[in-house]
Amino acid sequence: MSLHDPRYKARIASHLAKYPDKRSAVMPLLYIAQEAYGWVSPKGVQEVAEICEMDPTQVKSIAGFYTMYSERTKGRYWLHVCTDLPCALNGAETFYRELQDYLGVEEGGTSEDGLFTVEHVMCLAACDKAPMLQCNFRYMESLDMEKMKAWIEERRAELEAAGQGQGA
Amino acid sequence: MRLLLRGRDIPDLHQLSVYQANGGYEALKRALAMQPAEVIDEVKASGLRGRGGAGFPAGVKWSFIPQNEPIKYVAVNADESETGTFKDREIMEDNPHQMIEGALICAWAIQATAVYIYLRGEFWDIGDLLEDCIAEAEAAGFAGKNILGSGWSCPVYTHLGAGAYICGEESAMLSSLEGVLGQPRVRPPFPAQKGGGLYKEATVVNNVETLTNVPWILSNGAAAFRAIGTEQSAGTKVFCVSGHVPRPGNYELPLGTPLRELLVDHAGCDPENIKAILPSGGSGPIVPGTDEVLDTPLSYEAMQDLGTILGSASIIVMDNTVDMTWVASKVTKFFTHESCGKCTPCREGTYWLDKVLDRILAGEGKPEDVQLIDNVAKNMAGTTLCALGDFAANPIIHTISNFPDDFNAHVQPKPEEEKPAASAPRRGRRRRASA
Ligand SMILES: Cc1cc2nc3c(=O)[nH]c(=O)nc-3n(C[C@H](O)[C@H](O)[C@H](O)COP(=O)(O)O)c2cc1C
Ligand code: SF4
Ligand code: FES
Repeated sequence: MSLHDPRYKARIASHLAKYPDKRSAVMPLLYIAQEAYGWVSPKGVQEVAEICEMDPTQVKSIAGFYTMYSERTKGRYWLHVCTDLPCALNGAETFYRELQDYLGVEEGGTSEDGLFTVEHVMCLAACDKAPMLQCNFRYMESLDMEKMKAWIEERRAELEAAGQGQGA
Repeated sequence: MRLLLRGRDIPDLHQLSVYQANGGYEALKRALAMQPAEVIDEVKASGLRGRGGAGFPAGVKWSFIPQNEPIKYVAVNADESETGTFKDREIMEDNPHQMIEGALICAWAIQATAVYIYLRGEFWDIGDLLEDCIAEAEAAGFAGKNILGSGWSCPVYTHLGAGAYICGEESAMLSSLEGVLGQPRVRPPFPAQKGGGLYKEATVVNNVETLTNVPWILSNGAAAFRAIGTEQSAGTKVFCVSGHVPRPGNYELPLGTPLRELLVDHAGCDPENIKAILPSGGSGPIVPGTDEVLDTPLSYEAMQDLGTILGSASIIVMDNTVDMTWVASKVTKFFTHESCGKCTPCREGTYWLDKVLDRILAGEGKPEDVQLIDNVAKNMAGTTLCALGDFAANPIIHTISNFPDDFNAHVQPKPEEEKPAASAPRRGRRRRASA
């Protein structure tokens, strides 16, 4: 889905209107590009650069500077597990290892079914609710492996049901 | 006593009607009836200090803004990325209008032409909430065009970061907002000066919690604010308590409250089982859990006398089971990951510290390695463009000086015994590209 698609028009315009300089809209537009393409693809970078009147290499370096923009495709669910100090003091490192083992992936990897990509991240401002993670940037807090397993299997079942519904 | 976390006492405080029913936006009306300079004097007189880390007096910062510039900005620092800090999140989720009102009072005081709220990207849902609040406030005449019929206009915007701790540093934050790489700038000029702020215009940068105090000060007066806390640390502070704590969370208490009262009475810690405390997340010097430390008042001045800082007051507690070498490594990994790469001592220093600490933790370190990392850290401090370089030196220097045995246990040759087990270092380290 291109950024020139009508569905993004109003949102892009409202971001451009916030700043005296088009260039300042590069971050919000990179988010829209990520939403449109599922990742910050070269095409997305090109389109953001055109709208913000920037050089594509500058847009690319900005996308690379920040951890929340993904320059590669990932699974449907991005699991960002906090293993920073306060969470680690409350079992987050063990939790993350067990989660990796359960999904059969390494740091940054995607599960075989293509659904879950896991990564560890630094403090997410939820240290009183460890272990915790963000899934597609939504908070999931006060976790343990039992809860996680149940949640993962729910997602898998959901998809299976949807797939069967479509006759896939 | 709650000036900030009022959402705990008042349900639905995030709604404008509820906020107004509880005195909301009365302080803005009061401010607009005053001269801008009088508002600055009131905030100066209150003794309010910045809650983002450095503790700089807010009113003094506002008074640096040149009066005759046509364009000026307020940038609210809602990046909240210091390890162990989760106070701005609760303030914005439960009491967002008080922060917006505070930002607008600051904007009036410096005659700003716009307010930008810079949120860490992971707070996008708070960004949505703030957008709703801003729209409500605009419709009621508290923000946007011709505020309260005064003829003064000041729109309020939100801007999302995208996962970079360094963008909490004020000059990096302004660069990030401008759409250039979010790296710190050479100062002077400072943000409050023409040439140093957002789009080179004079800009006040204040933390969320700092600004959320301002409506209370305008409504109740500087003297009432000064009556809370200590001589040099007025008001309350939201303390974020995490780590080995039975009741972790945010506690809003008067500044000057003894650490023991916070950790033992409120958070439920056993004072006999506190090995170490990081009072300001990963960035401030670590202190041991001794009686002297526990009896220290949580004020800017007393924490400084203790050899550490109050900073953002994100207090991480570690019990007697924790290996301080592992802590040093953990915190170093944070700063290695978050170094923006602009200056060599910080970029290279954090990289080497991390490597040597991994080696020590793996049981492959030599006694000289401890001296080596201590030297590397000491050489980094004070040589870098922003304070991250100093922050990154702290965990090494102060864990070694306070807990030398924890390091020696890893590096002393013990032919017959097994090396102590260390927590496995994390795999996969991403480095930020240097510009
Ligand atoms: C590396 C680094 C990270 C920082 N992160 C934050 C942050 O996340 N939030 C914040 O309010 N201040 C942060 N600061 C402090 C800001 O630079 C600045 O001092 C502060 O926003 C000023 O507001 P205040 O005077 O109200 O505290 C950071 C500073 C440094 C050096
Ligand atoms: S001290 Fe580190 S984080 Fe700060 S500007 Fe230099 S390299 Fe970047
Ligand atoms: S350390 Fe995990 S959320 Fe703060």
